[in-house]
Amino acid sequence: MNQTAASARPQKHPINRLTLKQRIKSYLKHPLSLFLFLIVAAATLITVFVLFFLILYILIKGIPYLTPSLFAFEYNSENVSMFPAIITTIMMTVFSLILAVPLGIFTAIYLVEYARRGNKIVELVRLTSETLSGIPSIVYGLFGMLFFVTALHWGFSLIAGAFTLAIMILPLIMRTTEEALKSVPDTYREASFGLGAGRLRTVFRIVLPSAIPGILAGVILAIGRIVGETAALIYTAGTVAQIPTGREFLFMSGRTLAIHMWALSGEGLNTNQAYATAVVLLIVVLLINWLSAAVAKRLAKS
Amino acid sequence: MGKFEIKNADLYYNDFHALKNINLDIPQKQITAFIGPSGCGKSTLLKSLNRMNDLIEGCKITGEFLLDGEDIYGNMDVNLLRKRVGMVFQKPNPFPMSVYDNIAFGPRTHGIHSKSKLDDIVEKSLRNAAIWEEVKDRLKKSALGLSGGQQQRLCIARALAVEPEVLLMDEPTSALDPISTSKIEDLVLEIKREYTIIIVTHNMQQATRISDRTAFFLLGEVVEYDQTENLFSMPKDKRTEDYITGRFG
Repeated sequence: MNQTAASARPQKHPINRLTLKQRIKSYLKHPLSLFLFLIVAAATLITVFVLFFLILYILIKGIPYLTPSLFAFEYNSENVSMFPAIITTIMMTVFSLILAVPLGIFTAIYLVEYARRGNKIVELVRLTSETLSGIPSIVYGLFGMLFFVTALHWGFSLIAGAFTLAIMILPLIMRTTEEALKSVPDTYREASFGLGAGRLRTVFRIVLPSAIPGILAGVILAIGRIVGETAALIYTAGTVAQIPTGREFLFMSGRTLAIHMWALSGEGLNTNQAYATAVVLLIVVLLINWLSAAVAKRLAKS
Repeated sequence: MGKFEIKNADLYYNDFHALKNINLDIPQKQITAFIGPSGCGKSTLLKSLNRMNDLIEGCKITGEFLLDGEDIYGNMDVNLLRKRVGMVFQKPNPFPMSVYDNIAFGPRTHGIHSKSKLDDIVEKSLRNAAIWEEVKDRLKKSALGLSGGQQQRLCIARALAVEPEVLLMDEPTSALDPISTSKIEDLVLEIKREYTIIIVTHNMQQATRISDRTAFFLLGEVVEYDQTENLFSMPKDKRTEDYITGRFG
């Protein structure tokens, strides 16, 4: 089978493809285009190299120190376990998303589906969210400390951290959802209205399902920011290395993986363990990306 | 008295006077064609009949639109109006879901959830739209995999599934090839026994082939409205004659 296919292939060089010789000749004739080709090729190589170097460096420095004691249930200054940090990261992510995702999605639905075009409020919300997304995360941390930690007396706690992060990722979720909703063709809405479906049914049965891959992409980006965030959490969730438990666990302090890493490298005693934590963080982020791509693909298919 | 009575209707898009003093009486269970050059207001008028223009900002309508003598811009629920007055759009616009769910969306919207009832409606609507034989084995597959002509017949089936009284068709064949077009024309002639049909078309042959009455629009006005035969064989207005003989437009 393969053989016949190979023999059926034309032996001559196709006339619509340049041979290497022709290509070199053409580049020599146009030195500027050769120069441009070299620049874009070099840029690509450098980008890829930096990325691979970074990942490899972390992996090589970190993997040898990924010992079982690093995943011990309890943290102490001997084993510097990252297990509590992993659990805290998951909790922090879940609580922040619970707060921010519905709020962000519903705001976006209002802006795209309900508000009139050119409405002053829409402009204001858009301006606000754009401004918010440009603010450095340390400023969110400061606000969280002054408001949630101090004014509301929540103390350094999971909930203060989650609220701060929720505010931080809200513009992101809102904007991506807005874009996802806008990319749903108006013809779907027309068809739905034309069949006598109201706005609510149109939004929830027709528009939202089509927009889910886009919305999901925003949520994934948000998860990435939560998992990688340090500045906004240091002053709100604190740095205690424990799993928040018990009835008042929401009001207990906890450190996420990123903060754990920051603390370890800052203390200077456990730099190798900080690299090991970085490996885990890297793997977590890669897993999230892979999972989200898979989910989005699945959803797009159905 | 017709199915639809339009009295002294004016429509503005912001400052643009898109429809000027329209008076039309659209008979029941017949096919009425709206013809005229692009931008003459025929689609605009069509969309006023099921209040799709409500969705367009800056659109102001005055006058009276009566469906069976009842003012559609009065106390009538707009969703119920759109159930009674279905619409088929210029470009086939199936939802990105299965063939079955596309058809069942309308009935489900209006409260039918029984599986056996929905099955019946889906089959009947697809049969009415002359597409049952082509899709009966792939009801659970995405409607987006159908050809353009099949998609448009699916959209007609979807509109029929809510059992409307009137079917508005906005250039339903302009995006289709001649074979699909003729299938849809046959289908329209078939279903006219049960439905009042209003069709906007750019294709004058199509109007003569299928419609009973024709209204000729120009610059937001109805220039002439008559039996299709009369309008095409002995137009009363010079502008109609110029248009149908291809002197402009």
